[in-house]
Amino acid sequence: MKAELQPVLDALQSAFGAHISEFREQAKAALAVEHIVEAARTLRDAHGFNMLAGLSAVDYWPERQPRFHAVYEFKNIAQKLRLEVRVPLGGDEPKLPTLSEVFPNANWHERELWDMFGIHVTDHPDLRRILMPADWVGHPLRKDYPLGYEEVQFSFNFKEIDQRKPRPQD
Amino acid sequence: MTISQLEITHDELKHLVSERAQTGETLLLNMGPQHPSTHGVLRLLLELDGEIVVNCIPDIGFLHTGIEKNMEAKTYEKAEVMTDRLDYLNTMGNNLAYCLAVEKLVDLDVPERAQAIRVIFAELQRIASHLVWLGTHALDLAAMSMFFYCLNQRERILDIMEMCAGQRMMTTYFRPGGLWRDVPAEFVPAVRAFIDSFPAEVDLYEGLLDKNPIFLDRTKGIGIYTAEEGIAWGITGPSLRGSGIAYDLRKEEPYSGYEQYDFEVCTEDAGDVYARYRVRMREFRESLKIVRQALDKLPGGAVRSNNRKFVPPPRAELGESMEAVIHHFKLWTEGFPAPKNSIYMPVESPRGELGVLLEGDGGPKPYRCHWRTPSFVNLQILPKISKGCYVADLVAIIGSIDIVLGDTDR
Repeated sequence: MKAELQPVLDALQSAFGAHISEFREQAKAALAVEHIVEAARTLRDAHGFNMLAGLSAVDYWPERQPRFHAVYEFKNIAQKLRLEVRVPLGGDEPKLPTLSEVFPNANWHERELWDMFGIHVTDHPDLRRILMPADWVGHPLRKDYPLGYEEVQFSFNFKEIDQRKPRPQD
Repeated sequence: MTISQLEITHDELKHLVSERAQTGETLLLNMGPQHPSTHGVLRLLLELDGEIVVNCIPDIGFLHTGIEKNMEAKTYEKAEVMTDRLDYLNTMGNNLAYCLAVEKLVDLDVPERAQAIRVIFAELQRIASHLVWLGTHALDLAAMSMFFYCLNQRERILDIMEMCAGQRMMTTYFRPGGLWRDVPAEFVPAVRAFIDSFPAEVDLYEGLLDKNPIFLDRTKGIGIYTAEEGIAWGITGPSLRGSGIAYDLRKEEPYSGYEQYDFEVCTEDAGDVYARYRVRMREFRESLKIVRQALDKLPGGAVRSNNRKFVPPPRAELGESMEAVIHHFKLWTEGFPAPKNSIYMPVESPRGELGVLLEGDGGPKPYRCHWRTPSFVNLQILPKISKGCYVADLVAIIGSIDIVLGDTDR
């Protein structure tokens, strides 16, 4: 871990009670969900982390609680620093505040979180599915979502398979 | 056509189009997903006022293949085959990102020779990817012969890949701990022949486009974003360097020994389509410089790590050593375990920062493998920079961001 990162980690720890860990020289800070927007703003304005390099999530069902981790990758281009921030999210229908006010490119990343994990992003300007079709049921990257396959429809069994296909719940 | 007549999820999109779309004053028009100028299955919902784009709503996901989900069901070695299919113009680069991530997660070393060959292939792949970009971009802007010239040269790179990996595109040539096998004897002469003749080709392309009044009219001053906007939107790669930021992960966070090579990070200040074109044209020459240096000091020795807990033994050992048979059997039936932790490995793909978030759970399969793909992030700025431009310019802008839909949709 680079020495320049230490003051940033200390600041996150004192201001937001972040839990710091390190693996293979990469620093990770775990934050409570209510602090993430303010922490991102602090990282951007006070510590020069001007790019949200990535945002995704991990599902720990059923072994661990809280079930989800949202994983933010922040990048400080001037000082060549990287910081991973993890936000644990409990429950089967977790809520995460949007970061698109701070980093505009969080928009599509958060749509992907909703689409793939069913993490509801509050106050998001445009929360729709992004990769899966709009009428898809379920959130594929959840661990309780089976790795299934689609049955091939031929003319002789078209109707039979069509009846079994998942439908939007309206 | 008014918005209520469209067969799409109209109500969901109301907040993205202007009020004039409700009255039918502006036209809503689909561009894609089969449109040739969207470079794949990208669908754009355009709100047009005459020929001016009022709003542009990208719709992606047509090429979503669930690779991240599928990888969770394969061992680390077997999952690599799917990485080729992500960004199909940068297969070696995807292999590289994945292998580096696995190597970092399990703390595995890679021999010098394998690293140098990886760099040679990553740069040849960058040239091949830029060639496809240049050919299609120029084709969109009505310079048709460029497409033939570029794909002709790309074919030579694919031939070199076929010579080494047995496959033109879906190579899976890099493996965790090194390479699948060593390069054949014809490899070095073939690469030398390519890098000796290719600079003249770049001169030809520049001669055809740099002073071409049609090309200049259609690229200069179009699709501008500043460096600050680019960073805020997470743009990386040549698309950010075209706005004047010298951000290149090969220099910033060197991997695979990139710190040994002398090359320049190309930047342009204008931030328009032409600037991004110039950056990529100059990168052709920088990539050639790296390949030449790597060939000159190509070290000898093994191309795979000797750590038998992660890398299968060579075939020849199986007849002589019982231990080798056991390792072979264990690695191919069970795979190797990785620690219960996660790493993030970014590399510089031809399109920008390609990052792999790889998490292990102590078992032989990736618990989570997320691909932070540059095409996905870079495409997000399109609605912003296409506002107020002509539809024809939109084609130029899409080409200049250089997206690959396999990379976007994963």
